[in-house]
Amino acid sequence: MHISPVLWQFLVKWLNASALFPREASTIAPYADALYFFLLLITVVGLTVVGTLVFGFAIRYRKEKHPVATQVEGSTLLEATWTIIPLALFLICFVWGALLYFRIYNPPTNAMNIYVVGKQWMWKAEHQGGQHEINALHVPIGRPVQLTMISQDVFHSFSVPDFRIKREVIPGRYSTVWFQATTPGTYHLFCTQYCGTNHSQMIGEVTAMTPDDFQKWLQASTSGMSLAQNGERLFASMGCNACHNGTASARGPNLSGVYGSKLQLTNGSEVLVNDAYLRDAILNPSEHITAGYSPIMPTYQGQVSEDGLIDLVEYIKGLQSNYRIQQTLVTSQADQTAPTTPTGVKP
Amino acid sequence: MSATSSTIVNLPDQKTATLPKRSYLNNEDGLLSWLLTGDHKRIAILYLISITFFFFIGGAFAGLIRLELLTPQPDLVASDTYNKFFSMHGIIMVFLFLVPSVPATLGNFLMPIMIGAKDLAFPKVNLLSWYLYWVGGLFTLAALVLGGVDTGWTFTTPLSTHYLNTHVVTAAVGIFIIGFSSIFTGLNFIVTIHRMRAPGMTWFRLPLFVWSNYAASILMVLGTPVLAITLVLVALERTIGIGVFDPTKGGDPLLFQHLFWFYSHPAVYIMILPGMGVISEVISTFSRKRVFGYTAVAFSSVAIALFGFFVWAHHMFIMGVSNYSALVFSLLTMLVAVPSAIKIFNWAFTLQKGSITFETPMLYAFGFMGLFTIGGMTGVFLGALGMDIHLTETYFIVAHFHFVMVGGMLMAFLSGVHFWWPKMTGRMYPESLSKLAAVTTFIGFNLTFLPQFILGYLGMPRRYHAYPPEFQVLNVLSTAGATVLGVGYMLPLLYLGWSLKYGAIAGNNPWQATGLEWQIQSPPLTENFIEVPIVDHEAYDYEWLAHKTEQEVTTVG
Ligand code: HEM
Ligand SMILES: [Cu+2]
Repeated sequence: MHISPVLWQFLVKWLNASALFPREASTIAPYADALYFFLLLITVVGLTVVGTLVFGFAIRYRKEKHPVATQVEGSTLLEATWTIIPLALFLICFVWGALLYFRIYNPPTNAMNIYVVGKQWMWKAEHQGGQHEINALHVPIGRPVQLTMISQDVFHSFSVPDFRIKREVIPGRYSTVWFQATTPGTYHLFCTQYCGTNHSQMIGEVTAMTPDDFQKWLQASTSGMSLAQNGERLFASMGCNACHNGTASARGPNLSGVYGSKLQLTNGSEVLVNDAYLRDAILNPSEHITAGYSPIMPTYQGQVSEDGLIDLVEYIKGLQSNYRIQQTLVTSQADQTAPTTPTGVKP
Repeated sequence: MSATSSTIVNLPDQKTATLPKRSYLNNEDGLLSWLLTGDHKRIAILYLISITFFFFIGGAFAGLIRLELLTPQPDLVASDTYNKFFSMHGIIMVFLFLVPSVPATLGNFLMPIMIGAKDLAFPKVNLLSWYLYWVGGLFTLAALVLGGVDTGWTFTTPLSTHYLNTHVVTAAVGIFIIGFSSIFTGLNFIVTIHRMRAPGMTWFRLPLFVWSNYAASILMVLGTPVLAITLVLVALERTIGIGVFDPTKGGDPLLFQHLFWFYSHPAVYIMILPGMGVISEVISTFSRKRVFGYTAVAFSSVAIALFGFFVWAHHMFIMGVSNYSALVFSLLTMLVAVPSAIKIFNWAFTLQKGSITFETPMLYAFGFMGLFTIGGMTGVFLGALGMDIHLTETYFIVAHFHFVMVGGMLMAFLSGVHFWWPKMTGRMYPESLSKLAAVTTFIGFNLTFLPQFILGYLGMPRRYHAYPPEFQVLNVLSTAGATVLGVGYMLPLLYLGWSLKYGAIAGNNPWQATGLEWQIQSPPLTENFIEVPIVDHEAYDYEWLAHKTEQEVTTVG
């Protein structure tokens, strides 16, 4: 469908000002709305056709006008027509909807990642730099933002109507959604999956800011420790580095550079190491034994919170060399950060 | 209301007419003769009374929900109470009203007669179904009286298993038992249709009402056990913690969703298919024409039933199913939409060249056509993947399924109740009041649910007890509509009750319809037919009927 840009602009302006239509505040929104208008159009056309047929026949062939009915068997041609036309229309909707779906759910590779944890009844967002916020999310405009989300208890669902995005937040499993905000402002953030008593209070605000404002906000709300640094501290305090210390004689596999690689398991299968795999390997180690190691790692189920797991995953993701792990070994002070890896150090 | 003011052509002379001396209603007396009956017609009446009872309880909760939503603040009741309200509303309406509605009442009453049989294949099982329905119903009421349940009708885990302190197990046991009632009804129908057709009643002479109930019965028998298993798992998980749905024990919380929707999507067809059968009968009768493309309509029912099993994951597009399985399920969903479209056009073309009158059942059927078309088309919005992301779990869903279930199914049910009321009771309902009720229902319905589509696109989530103030105007409209709709549903209760005593005597065939049920006395004898009928014509053969009436006149004269 091609609408003249001027007309479209006008329409969007008018709709954005109207109380019957949500604002268009992300790059996805215009695409979603275009499909919406197409669907609306075929619905109205369909309804008009059915209405005209029913009312037309009802008036034309009412008893007073047409006292004796003429029996008709059926008509293959007519029936084929009303099978094929709806089928064709529905297939167009299918293809269009599928393209939109892929656009909404396939994040671009340069997206900036923010973690979101859902729990009864609040949303907790965690930025890379360690900024935490509750029932609020600050994002820059003009930049793709990916959310990696998990629930600590029941199903929740993360929905920002003005961005036309939504995704289920599932216990025990990371799910992701991405968007790119276009207009500074504050937007509703809803939990749309029924999650118990205060389900309707599990709402918040997404604040889209210009990149400059966003930087200022980040600086103002920093807690001083990034997620990776928190993870590093946990890694030491939970004793992970007793086995994963990167030395040749270590009892656990080396974790540096493991993120994004393909890992060979004892059971012969090969897995891609991503956030979900790392989380699972910490909670259910016995199900993922790296080839060449014995199944001695204890489970950390119940000992780390989802926030803690995010910190650990974020730490392991960033590990590019053993140098950092070794530094962790000697870093006894919790809030002391290991020095950054000097370039040129080979593991 | 006098019968002469209406367009009904064929009422007996009211001065001399009386009800038949003997009928299934007065064949035996006393409460016990009803409670121990094996007569499918009496069981149908028992069901009719029971589901009406539950419908009005469910309706009362609907009223409370709409009242709370009149204002954005959570001011009428506390949030846990509100959650219990919508849970009870959903559970009662789905499991105690919609699923049994047409099959257990109209289907039970009519299907044996329509195929020329004396009763269903297993009369005692039929009675047992009704008792099971009540045992399940009492469990549900117990859950309500003991303090309620707040899972929603979907019982989602791990919320229902680990995080709620309400009467989840009681309600689940109730639904489990009701499920068996539905399985038994389905089995009974299937066997009856296969084994008990009168001589000459071939498959392609069956009224479409029988076909659609047949299709729904297949779904009941194959789908309901999955629901039963799911509920058992929920109960076990809740009581002894087996962990199939619990990620911390290696279970999978999404498994519940798969199992639940594997039943519950077909279940929506269990609810709607029998209603479609009613519409076929009514439209044919009041346009005095054979249903256009009989075979296509018959087969599309079965097609909907079978394909209905392959679309369950369209309830899970946002839940992290893989993109490719989302593609497949979206495509299949679009394919299931086609038979529904076919039906709409076949009904519309049944009117063509007919000789149409506008009795109350016909008005309800017209209402059905409009509302079901909207309901079906908005289903396409939800089947289109990218659109579903924005619309699912919002008021758009609420509007969509109410258009299909309430706009479609309930309109069909009321159409059928009015259509066969003279057959069931021997008396007519008052004509003008019933037309008023049909129109009131239609207006009230649209006023209630059209605004919800807009609310949904604006993003108002479903199952919210309080909402941002900018959504208020549309919610007020919706609540106003619900009030009108409530009146529309109360009216039939009152005048149908009134007609039991004061309604005009209907005679055997007030609509001059072709079905076998119209060729016997109203209300029928316990044994339905004095001798086994021999069928020598197709369903909806109005020429045969005209011929037959002529013969009767000549023999009488
Ligand atoms: C035969 C008529 C139909 C009935 C009885 C029916 C009933 C329902 C019900 C009760 C729900 C709500 C489930 C919930 O609580 O979340 C629903 C949702 C849905 N319906 Fe229908 N529906 C019908 C027709 C259609 C059609 C024709 C389509 C598509 C072409 C469709 C697509 C959907 C989809 C995709 C959903 C899931 C929405 C979501 O949760 O994302 N339905 N339907
Ligand atoms: Cu929630």
